[in-house]
Amino acid sequence: MQGANQDKLLWTEAVTKIYNPHLPDEMVALDQASIEINKGEVTVLKGPSGSGKTSLLSIIGCMSRPTAGRVVVKGKDVAKLSERFLTQIRRKTFGFIFQQFNLIRDVSVMENAALPLYPTESGFGEIRHRVDTMLDRFGIAAKKNLKLRKLSGGEQQRVAIVRALINDPEIIIADEPTAHLDLELAKDLLTILADLRQGGKTIIIATHDPMIFEHDCVDRTISMRNGRIEKISMRKQ
Amino acid sequence: MNKHKIFIAITLLEIGLGAMLFISGQSAVRAALSQQIGPKQQLVKFFDLTDLSIWTEARYTRHPSQTDFFTPFQDSPSSLEHFPAGSIISPLQGTPETRP
Amino acid sequence: MTRHLKILEYALSSLVRRKYKNLAIIAVYSFTIMVLASILFLTHSLKTEAANILATAPDLIIQRTVAGRHDLIPVEYVQEIKKNRGTGKVQPRYWGYYYDAVTEANYTILGVSGTPPELALVTGTAPAGPGECLIGQGVARARKIELGDELILVNSKGKGVLLNVVGTFTAAAEILTNDLIVMPEEEVINFFGLPEGRATDITVEVRNPNEIQNIAARIKRSLPDTRPITRQEIIRTYDAVFNWRSGMMLTIFSSALVAFCILAWDKATGISGEEKAEIGILKAIGWDTGDILELKFWEGLVVSLTAFLLGLIAAFTHVFWFSATILAPVIKGWSVLFPDFRLIPFVDVYQIFVIGCLTVIPYIASTVIPSWKAAITDPETVMRG
Repeated sequence: MQGANQDKLLWTEAVTKIYNPHLPDEMVALDQASIEINKGEVTVLKGPSGSGKTSLLSIIGCMSRPTAGRVVVKGKDVAKLSERFLTQIRRKTFGFIFQQFNLIRDVSVMENAALPLYPTESGFGEIRHRVDTMLDRFGIAAKKNLKLRKLSGGEQQRVAIVRALINDPEIIIADEPTAHLDLELAKDLLTILADLRQGGKTIIIATHDPMIFEHDCVDRTISMRNGRIEKISMRKQ
Repeated sequence: MNKHKIFIAITLLEIGLGAMLFISGQSAVRAALSQQIGPKQQLVKFFDLTDLSIWTEARYTRHPSQTDFFTPFQDSPSSLEHFPAGSIISPLQGTPETRP
Repeated sequence: MTRHLKILEYALSSLVRRKYKNLAIIAVYSFTIMVLASILFLTHSLKTEAANILATAPDLIIQRTVAGRHDLIPVEYVQEIKKNRGTGKVQPRYWGYYYDAVTEANYTILGVSGTPPELALVTGTAPAGPGECLIGQGVARARKIELGDELILVNSKGKGVLLNVVGTFTAAAEILTNDLIVMPEEEVINFFGLPEGRATDITVEVRNPNEIQNIAARIKRSLPDTRPITRQEIIRTYDAVFNWRSGMMLTIFSSALVAFCILAWDKATGISGEEKAEIGILKAIGWDTGDILELKFWEGLVVSLTAFLLGLIAAFTHVFWFSATILAPVIKGWSVLFPDFRLIPFVDVYQIFVIGCLTVIPYIASTVIPSWKAAITDPETVMRG
């Protein structure tokens, strides 16, 4: 187990998330969730709608704070950090691929991809170079000056992936990435994720799509229901 | 990603233009003070002028410095307003010794 | 520094995304600032010029009032006034108003005596003898006459009087002389039919400027039916006339300010769902609260600073190069004669600073403040809506 602990990139201990506490519409989204994420692995959070997958993903991605419990990212307890430090960690450590891409519609491909780099100290030249390289890697360099609404669904997906990767994050978080994709695009995405895993990235995916959690590249599956962790299973070797 | 350069250039141009207008204005002021004001003061002194010739509709608009509280009523007891001069010219300001 | 430029870059992208709307805001905003700044430039220039040129106005003017009405003053009061120590030259003035039925204009008829010096702002000469006159540009334009022509006026007895125009005031002197008709004193007395021994008022020279108030008070005491007017009061009158805080100027100023406040309030009452979602996305991908607020700051600054600079440049050009052609008819009112404003570009930097603060800062605040709540909220909450 010693080797596993050294590879442990991120873990949570008894994390609870309650929305609208003490109000009539109070909702317990997470209840005592404890998980571990190892470096270089693909971890899937699996469960039906309302199981707490997205809430857990938000918390471990430093997008929101837990109501109770600990969240440790690369050895740092982030649950009680100020917003400023949380943002820094989020910026340096995580790349997000959202369910609906969440790209900015009337902005060019280039600018969408470059947005995570704007609040950093990188210069304009460096940004252009990085964005060009990444867009090229995903085959959409030719469309870099087009507005987003001129791209197909698949191309937009790639822009979302470029944006997630532009800061060279260690951990990639994807929330229901295949929810709005057809079969071909979904397969494409999985191929990309598998490649990223090969490249040493740690990937966490929340999904209820069996195509993902039954894929070969998945190392660990965490099943959730009603905000609780039901079962953790490792990939059969 | 050059919009910021364009914006900064345009803003600097505007500021430059504004500064140029201001500076040329200042030199026009200096020229006026030396060339125009003197001759105008000469006219004022020789002809004993007391007011600028701007609004000529009524006595109190033509010579506001010479009017008293009653002058607007000399035209009519209801002192019909001469617009907009009447609304630009403030009520009489005088010193206690000279105010009627 | 680069970080700030990058956020500025994105702010400009945001503005360009809604370019027609933002261009319209800049246009309207610039126009409002142009009107406000024009008023301030015009009034400040006139005020400063008035103060400068009226510095040589008579030290004291003595008027006479009877039953609350301005009345002619006995010329013998001159001797009474001369008794006051400290007075220099004391002389009666003969002047009045003339309504010209032909042009429906009012002129001021002014009497002169003595030999005038070389007057830089006169083409021709001042009137020396009977039947001669010197006229202002407004009179010349209204009657369509020039130097060497004849001017016919109707005197108090209903008879036509023919005057030779021996001089005209130049256009540069319009602001002082636009409606003037200058004649020899005797001519004025005969024209108006002034009673023997009566003048319109009396001018008094005071040797020591510090004594003006004292001498005025003494004259008032010795001649209780008189009303002394000091030069300071004359200048203060014009301070008040051209004070932008009063009268019509204040009305125009306030209307523009209210219109602007409505614009700012509309912005400040909340941001759209789309904007909120965008802030959430930016936060999710690594922008912190400070970056979001800086973005909104740049958005506000770009619009308001551009409008401010354009408005100011337009106002300066409008007032000092084009003689306030848009504003002049508003100020002119019903005056038949109105001078061409050839304004000297006296500019009060403090006023420019005040306009800047009143226009740029509230606009930036109305852009930043509505975004505050979204900017400080956890991105997950913002994105969930």
